[in-house]
Amino acid sequence: MNQRVAIVGVAQTRYQSSRDDARVFELTFEVVERLLDETGLSIWKDINAVVSSGDDYVDGKGISNDQITEVVGAQYRAEHKVAADGAFAVRYALLQVLSGHHDAVMVTAHCKESMIDQNLINNLAFDPLYQRYLGFDLVSAAALQAQRYMHKYGITPEQCAKVVVKSLKNAKNNPYAQVAQDITIEEVLRSPLLADPIRTLDCKPVSDGACALILASEQKAKRITDKPVWIKGIGSCYDAFYLGDRDLADCDSLVVAAQRAYKMAGINNPRNEIDVAEISGEFSYQELLWYEGLGLCGRGEGGKLIDQGVTKMGGELPVNPSGGLLSGCPHHVAGVARVAEVALQMRGEAGARQVPGAKTGLAHGITGPCGQLQCVIILGS
Amino acid sequence: MKREETEAFVLAQPYSAPYEHATGPVGTRFFTELRDNQKILGMKCSGCNIVYMPPRSTCPRCFAKLEEWVELGDEGTLLTYTVVRYHEPTHPTDAPFAYGIIKLDGADTGIGHLLGEVDLKNISIGMRVKAVFKEEREGNLLDIKYFKPI
Ligand SMILES: [Zn+2]
Repeated sequence: MNQRVAIVGVAQTRYQSSRDDARVFELTFEVVERLLDETGLSIWKDINAVVSSGDDYVDGKGISNDQITEVVGAQYRAEHKVAADGAFAVRYALLQVLSGHHDAVMVTAHCKESMIDQNLINNLAFDPLYQRYLGFDLVSAAALQAQRYMHKYGITPEQCAKVVVKSLKNAKNNPYAQVAQDITIEEVLRSPLLADPIRTLDCKPVSDGACALILASEQKAKRITDKPVWIKGIGSCYDAFYLGDRDLADCDSLVVAAQRAYKMAGINNPRNEIDVAEISGEFSYQELLWYEGLGLCGRGEGGKLIDQGVTKMGGELPVNPSGGLLSGCPHHVAGVARVAEVALQMRGEAGARQVPGAKTGLAHGITGPCGQLQCVIILGS
Repeated sequence: MKREETEAFVLAQPYSAPYEHATGPVGTRFFTELRDNQKILGMKCSGCNIVYMPPRSTCPRCFAKLEEWVELGDEGTLLTYTVVRYHEPTHPTDAPFAYGIIKLDGADTGIGHLLGEVDLKNISIGMRVKAVFKEEREGNLLDIKYFKPI
């Protein structure tokens, strides 16, 4: 990138199974208010534009600007909506700053998954002509991917369960986490089957919350904070829409997205050069598969990587010190929260979940069944 | 005010939206053949030498407009599967039931569908399956009731 763009502040709600005390707009305002307080920025004088991420179907509305404009300071100004994971909202905010027309852009993401059965909403992700009325949703689609992945590469249920154990243990250090506990592999493997081989504890829980952050130009960033977190690289890529067009055991779109981000950031060996990663695994097997797509290990070696303890706290490359999505984080918010968590790591402000001395970090977001759309963002202190 | 001092109000608001999706020229030919002749048609991209199932009008790999129909077999190979054990109103049948992605003979891509007449404990990737057609067909993918092991 010709110009440098930094993250100058982040704010998250605590993630909870239900926030029936507040509307999604009120959740958004919670984080926006805190973000402005912490950065000392004025919504009117400093913030030039807003990109928000959410889903109208989940929100139960038919018009995207319904009340969100009010809580992000967009009335009589501009707000742009991303109906995909919030990592893409970060991408569009970055482009707005790079355009040179804006020097501070706010990103918000909101979602109350508790409002409606997510399987009903996610069934709409499937083609109405050929697949939707067969009843697919993200859980059954993920089960088809998990089965194929585990079959092709000999990944075991125990290796997937280790992801759950690691995530919920890490989450004990994260004050924003919804689920945090010491749990055993056996307990994960004893939890009820939802769709073979996926069990209830293999899935991210239903979650409500919001997250916001501010991106600024280099000049503006240096005036706001002495700890700017630079966006070093970004890459995204779509895989085929139809599940049957892909070999679900491989995540080719993530390979491409990661390579684009690494090239922009000048990273040649991600496993050596990245100090911490926050990735979006909605299901336990996905974390192992995404390790492979991100090039942290070879194809089919995701299980081996977790067996070796490479990605645990204190390992060579800790993945999801926050506990990740398995410890609770709603869709849309997930990608922005991954960026926020890595930004905290780069600032040395991640508290008990801090990876000591982390200088380069990776954040990752996904949208669609079986990680169809992938986004990788490299941050640096 | 502290949260425990007030009761949270929640407004239940059901919503139903019956859409009408045009099936377009490709979908119309596919569903007509399926309904009237129990034939399953794929679409070939000669440039990529790939037969797509479900059929489509544009090749996602080379961007060519596709018009070369190919009749596929009613038998195929199971690429992956799952046994669904939870209940949703979107499901076409009661749980437990099995989904599979099936690569029909003559096609290069798979289609998601139901598996039937099958021992749920005894499904395996690579298994050969055959389409079972409904007696009364309506012109949608459920004109194939399910795929059964052969
Ligand atoms: Zn082609």
